[in-house]
Parts: sequence; structure tokens; C-alpha cells
Amino acid sequence: MMSFTPLYETAEHAQLRAQVRRFASAEIAPHATAWEEANEFPRELYAKAAAGGMAGIGYPEEIGGAGGDLSFVIAAGEELVLAGRSVGVAAGLGSHRIALPPIITFGTPEQKRRFLPPVLSGDKIAALAITEPGGGSDVASLQTRAVRDGDVFVVNGSKTFITSGCRADFVTTAVRTGGPGRGGVSLLIIERGTPGFTVSKKLAKMGWWASDTAELAFEDCRVPAANLIGEENSGFVPIMVNFAVERLLLAGNCVAIAELAYRESVTYAQERRAFGKPIMGFQVLRHKLADMVTRLAAARALTSEVVQRVVRGEQVPGLAAMAKNTATDMCSFVCDQAVQIHGGNGYMREYLVERLYRDARLYPIGGGTREIMNEIISKTEGY
Amino acid sequence: MKILVPLKRVADPDNANKVKIPAAGDKIETTGLEWKPNPFDEYALEAALRLTENGQTPKVRAGEVVVVTFGPKETEQTLRAALATGADRAIRIDTTDDKLDGDLVARALAALIEKEKPDVVVMGKQAVDGDSNQVGQILAELLDWPMATFAATIKEEAGALVVSREVDGGVATMRVKLPAIVTVDLRIVAPTSVYSTKTAATFKYNDGVRFAALPAIMAAKKKLLVEIKLADLAADQALKVEYKAFQAPPARKAGIKVKDVTELVTRLKNEAKVL
Repeated sequence: MMSFTPLYETAEHAQLRAQVRRFASAEIAPHATAWEEANEFPRELYAKAAAGGMAGIGYPEEIGGAGGDLSFVIAAGEELVLAGRSVGVAAGLGSHRIALPPIITFGTPEQKRRFLPPVLSGDKIAALAITEPGGGSDVASLQTRAVRDGDVFVVNGSKTFITSGCRADFVTTAVRTGGPGRGGVSLLIIERGTPGFTVSKKLAKMGWWASDTAELAFEDCRVPAANLIGEENSGFVPIMVNFAVERLLLAGNCVAIAELAYRESVTYAQERRAFGKPIMGFQVLRHKLADMVTRLAAARALTSEVVQRVVRGEQVPGLAAMAKNTATDMCSFVCDQAVQIHGGNGYMREYLVERLYRDARLYPIGGGTREIMNEIISKTEGY
Repeated sequence: MKILVPLKRVADPDNANKVKIPAAGDKIETTGLEWKPNPFDEYALEAALRLTENGQTPKVRAGEVVVVTFGPKETEQTLRAALATGADRAIRIDTTDDKLDGDLVARALAALIEKEKPDVVVMGKQAVDGDSNQVGQILAELLDWPMATFAATIKEEAGALVVSREVDGGVATMRVKLPAIVTVDLRIVAPTSVYSTKTAATFKYNDGVRFAALPAIMAAKKKLLVEIKLADLAADQALKVEYKAFQAPPARKAGIKVKDVTELVTRLKNEAKVL
């Protein structure tokens, strides 16, 4: 089995991959099924991951991070899934990847000092809240209101599908501080324990079982104005910038999940026998695997290409959207075929591909739907 | 304290099925193998790092840890990984595995030690590929240094190390004066196995070998790594051990189920003939 890493990866990427592999094989893989079935993983894993050097990757060293650009984040994320064998755990551990960037880019020195180090040391959990029960894709129309009252914002509304929301110590939250449309949106850091902030529901999901997903409620929740990220009513751009990177992380996730499903399928096809020989002996099955790995290679190549452009400082929302759609389509296809190759066993919970199939279904929806990606592509193409 | 840690890369034991022997049976095919540091050598490096630090402040090295390996250019990856984990500098002795045996490695290391003058050599008790378990012992003989093999714990004292070894029926504790050779066993990476004079007796390490964080991986690129020719350390490169043939272990046959102990005993006696 050929397994290739992006051409731009260096010996240091390889070393980081080896570290993450060792961490994930020892600390996640042995518990992956149990944690997925329990719909939760132990909170201590955040601190373990931080001590193992996993959490700080991609964050500047001056804020307590480990340095390294997006290519290191993607490489580490891939190994976390491949060796850890739990997409849900990887998703839960990684919720800070979308919650912190707005604070890093637009936050005050005081906000950075207060909120970043405890997350990077694994002591606190951070989440990002954009989507609302009334709407997700249409960010500019979000309803959660924050009304200024002296030195606090009074927040009313609710958020849903919030990864790590049940346990988050703070939530980077999109709120409406101004008039309708994108010009009235701000980002507020809302801390756990703020009166009026409650986790209204832990949501039961199709996949990503090990990661908790919450619905959050804000009722006259008084948030210090000092927790406003950037200028009032200027939250829309940070949200959109954040999305471009999130889409590449999700594309990277898809590549990893598909690689795992493909490897499981190859092993299974070599071991499973039918009509007197291993099923790998049938051309129809070999060609199925060949199609899977071909599409995997294509998605990996496009994702790597776009990651490299982001590392070089290019703004590529259209390409990031293309990479996400390519990777999510590929992942759905590969996981579906993986289940097919496993036959009846593929439909059983004790086989990994059954779980990966469910996990894969998230990706054309989360972080911007497949349809919204196409809208972004249409816009950047100038139709 | 200055510590020399010899490292060897071995074929990844988790992918043992990739090890192929050509029909001629004269060698092991190494192309396409994935390499990993020998686990016991990783434990030796961890022990050496613990001996040269205060456990509370592992980024500050009290002393020097020098890693050395024998092999072609690619084996520098093993050395870079060790540098990222905390070793100070590295030496690669240029050669290939098929031109070495335990005796030659020990003789070359002895010559290197004459130059480097470490206080201690900490090394794995054996490599998990050849399982020879020779180099540490031959080296101690060549240097006429005290040795403590299969160390399960090491405690630093002024000018000496107190080493406990797991032996049949218990634990033997010995005190070796420096300079000395210590070969380590797997329990050396337990939380309370190794204490330098700087580390508080109440301190507990994380179990196992430490992780290298990304900044350390990047910094390792800039650490000193020198290449030495094997001929500069050992003029006589004749091998004492010659491998005559290699053979893969026979494929395991499927097992059978027995219905009770009586049948088990009967079969062990009549078929397996082990009773």
C-alpha cells in the first residue's frame, strides 16, 4: 500500500507525525471504541495532549503555542485520526482550532493573556458558536442579540451544533450588536459560569459520538464588554477568515478518515474469504479499492496544494471551498465503498468502517455546507 | 555529567510482516522497511536525559547527552529525533548494518569513548532486531569499566550510580563508580525509576519516553551532528560473527478447540508429545 505525504513536508513534519502517532496509539486508540460508545472522552485527555505537544501546534510560540504553520496542523491532525482511530475524539480535542484564531488575530493583549494559555496547556476547553436553531449557513442573519448596557453586553438567544459546547470553559460567540445584515455582527467571549449562560441540551448525533455537541442558551446573560473581540459590529470578517482555515482542516480530516477506511478495507479484503479465495482475488473488488485510493490521492493533492498556498499567505476562499467539497465527496464515497467491501460486517458497530461511514456524513454539512461552498466558488469565480 | 547514548534503528516491530528474506536466504531484504529507534535505546536516551536534569525543569540540561549511531545517511533521522527529544549533539559513524557485528561496534565505540570521555555510557540492553545483547558487555571489558546491565532503576550519587537490576527471585542493587557502562531494561522509564542528584526524591515522571514538541523538533535541525568514518575508529573491521543463512519462522497452523481437559491432556500427550 502506497501512502504518500504532501511534497512540501520536511523531515520535521515526519518527526512531528511520529510523535503524534505515538501519542494517539498509546492514549486514544486503545479507548477509541469505548469513548465513541460512551459519547464522551475523559477531560484529562486535553492536558495529556497538551503535555504531549499536540495542542500548541500551529499557534505562535509567544502566546504559549508550539509554532509551525498550517501544514504542521494538517499533518498532526491526519496522524491523530489515523493512529487514534476515533474521529470524535480528534474533533473534540480540536475545537480550539476554530475558537481561538479570532482571539489571536483580533483580540486585545489582555484577552490573549487570559484565554489562550489555559487552552494551550489543556486546562481549559474552548468552543466556537455561530450556528443557531433558526439558521446556520446564513451567518449574516443570526439572531442572538447582545445589547450594550454600560460595560457589559446583555446577550439573549441560543446557539446549536456547538462542538465541545457541553464542557467548554468559554465560547467564542457570534452575536448581533447592531442592525440587520453582516455589518451588525460581533464576536464575544462568553465564559462558563456567566449567569444566564446554560447548556440547554447535549445533542445526540449520527456520528462524531466521542465529541460532545451542545445547544447553548443565553438569557439576559451579562458579558463584560472587555470580552468583545475586535471592534463592535466588525465580527463578520473574522468569522469568514476563520472559516477558510476551518474548511482546510475539515478537508484534511476527510483525507485522514478516507485513508483509514481504505486501509481497513485492504486488510479486510486480504483476510476475508469467499468462493474459496480471499475476496481480494476478485477483480471487481480490487478495482473498487483502486477507485477509492485514486480519489483519495486526488483529494489529498488538492488539499495539500491549497494548504501550501495558505502557508504562503495567499487568500484562497474559493480554492479552500473546492478542496472541502472534493475531500468531503471523496470521503463519503470511500467510506460508503468501505462498508460495501465489509458486507454485513460493515453494517455492524464492531467494525470501524461502520463508524467512519457515519462520521463522514458530517463533512458535507459542517463548517459550511456543500451548497454554501458552491456559492463561495461561484462568487470567487465571478459569475 | 556527560553521557554517551548509542542508538540503533531497527525495522518497525509493528510491521514485522514486511521483513522479507530472498529465496537465496543469504540476507534480510531491507528495502521498503519502516525504521524506528530500537525501543531499549529510546529508554536509554530517556534515562540519560533524566540523569542530566532536574525533573521539574526538563528543558535545562545539567551536563551533556551525546547520541551516536552506526549507519548510512538516512540514520541521521534517528539522531535528529533524539536531538529533538533533548540530546545535545549527535555523531553518525558511517557504515552499513551488514558490515557490523557486536564486537566491531563495541571496538569502535571504545575508540570513540577515548575521544569523547563520557562519565557514563547508557545504552539499551539489546537491539530488538538481532537480540544479540553483547555490545554493552564487550564495551565494558574493552574499557575495563564497571558495568551494570539490565538496569531497572538508576540513582545518581556523587561520582557513582546506584543501579537496581531485576534478577530471578528479586532485585539486585549495585553501586558502580564512574566512568561506567549501564544497559537499561524496559522498566527504566517508569515514573520513579531514574533520579539525578538535582531531581527531588518526591518527583514523579510521566510514564514512558517523553514527547518532542514542535519547537524542539525545529531546534534540533540546528544542533551539531558530525559524521565519522568507521575506519577512523576501527582499523580492523573483520567480523567475528558471520550470518550463514536466514529463514522466516514457519507459518503458524490454525489451532483446534478441545471439548474438555481430558481431551486436551490426551492430545498433548499423543499428538503434541509434550507430556
